[in-house]
Amino acid sequence: MKIIAVTSEGPKLTDMVDPRFGRAGGFVVVNVDTNETSYVDNGNSQTMAQGAGIQAAENVARAGAQVVLSGFVGPKAFQALAAAGIAVVQNVENMTVAEAVGKYKRGEFTVADGPNAQAGGNKG
Amino acid sequence: MIYAIASGKGGTGKTTVTASLAAVWDRPLTAVDLDVEEPNLHLFLNPTTEAETPALMETPVLDTERCTLCGQCAAFCQFKALSVMGKTLLVFQEMCHGCGGCLALCPEGALSPGGRELGRIVSGHFQAAGGAQAGFFMGRLRVGEAMSPPLMRQVKALLPKTADADILIDSPPGVSCPAVNAVMDADCIVLVTEPTPFGLHDLKLAVEAFRPLGKPLGVVVNRAGIGDEKVQQFCREQNLGVWAELPYSRAVAEAYARGEVAARVVPEMRTATLALMARMRDAAAASNSGEVHHA
Repeated sequence: MKIIAVTSEGPKLTDMVDPRFGRAGGFVVVNVDTNETSYVDNGNSQTMAQGAGIQAAENVARAGAQVVLSGFVGPKAFQALAAAGIAVVQNVENMTVAEAVGKYKRGEFTVADGPNAQAGGNKG
Repeated sequence: MIYAIASGKGGTGKTTVTASLAAVWDRPLTAVDLDVEEPNLHLFLNPTTEAETPALMETPVLDTERCTLCGQCAAFCQFKALSVMGKTLLVFQEMCHGCGGCLALCPEGALSPGGRELGRIVSGHFQAAGGAQAGFFMGRLRVGEAMSPPLMRQVKALLPKTADADILIDSPPGVSCPAVNAVMDADCIVLVTEPTPFGLHDLKLAVEAFRPLGKPLGVVVNRAGIGDEKVQQFCREQNLGVWAELPYSRAVAEAYARGEVAARVVPEMRTATLALMARMRDAAAASNSGEVHHA
């Protein structure tokens, strides 16, 4: 069973990927084997003055995800995801969640070995 | 008495005014640069540095042998400095605000106090009016450090407490935590502004932020004559005293560029600064002798 979490602007597969990780609207969580989906709201991270990336990483881990698809992941979030053994795929943007999941299934993404954004990059 | 020189807008002349006041101040004095993100008062007062010490904030250091991953510390921390991820307790030192809650909570004694360097505190002396020696303190935030109020508090804790010595605080610009932190202990606040729409806009913010502190507030209009009269009009409407209008002068700019104190080399600046000093003292004294004392 493989579960992936995609940062999303909304709860549906037709919603756009939110390129932000820590301050993403939420996560569409997809079981790649069964195609079951669920949604994890990330509003509690969006309102934080600091630590949104770490909070989001905790939310993703709690949802049981093994892989995250997102646009930009900062250093602390990356470290937190790595500690939980969650693989990160970055630079995913300008597509729907369903398109991102499709690309992942076809093996078109590579797992990142480091963060691609600065700390606090989407604060505000 | 403690006098804070503040402003809403940056670049209006806080340091020029502070350095000028320090140069004419004829009572025992300590000058303090609390604009710790970019201190520059020392460039004008040329103090001798007697000590430079690191300022540390108490942050948690983890003993992984003792940690049982219970997560009490992480659940308590409001700033995400601690997080249990998988089989690891992650400690993000730079997120910590130093409250000490995690250290007190940990049932295993797995967290001990360590120190994150906030910056440096410089202390020394400079030559004030009439050749007298005056105290000097400055905080300098470490590059990369995000929190300036904890460093400012440590600088303030070092200031002399004697009633017969005055303190001049060069404050950071703006109206957020660092600025409020710099002015909150003062007996009198001087707001330096300029007669432009930008100066007026940020002066309004500063008055709104600082007036609830209940301290005497006065305004210095720097570069008087370059803009309009709207700052003065606002001060009249708000019943705020304009304690000085400093001339827009090439001589002042040249003195600044050479690192000289304007009141030492430009006669009209000296006259205006002496008048400002008198008004600050009157305002602070009137407020202190008032019958109503607020807690």
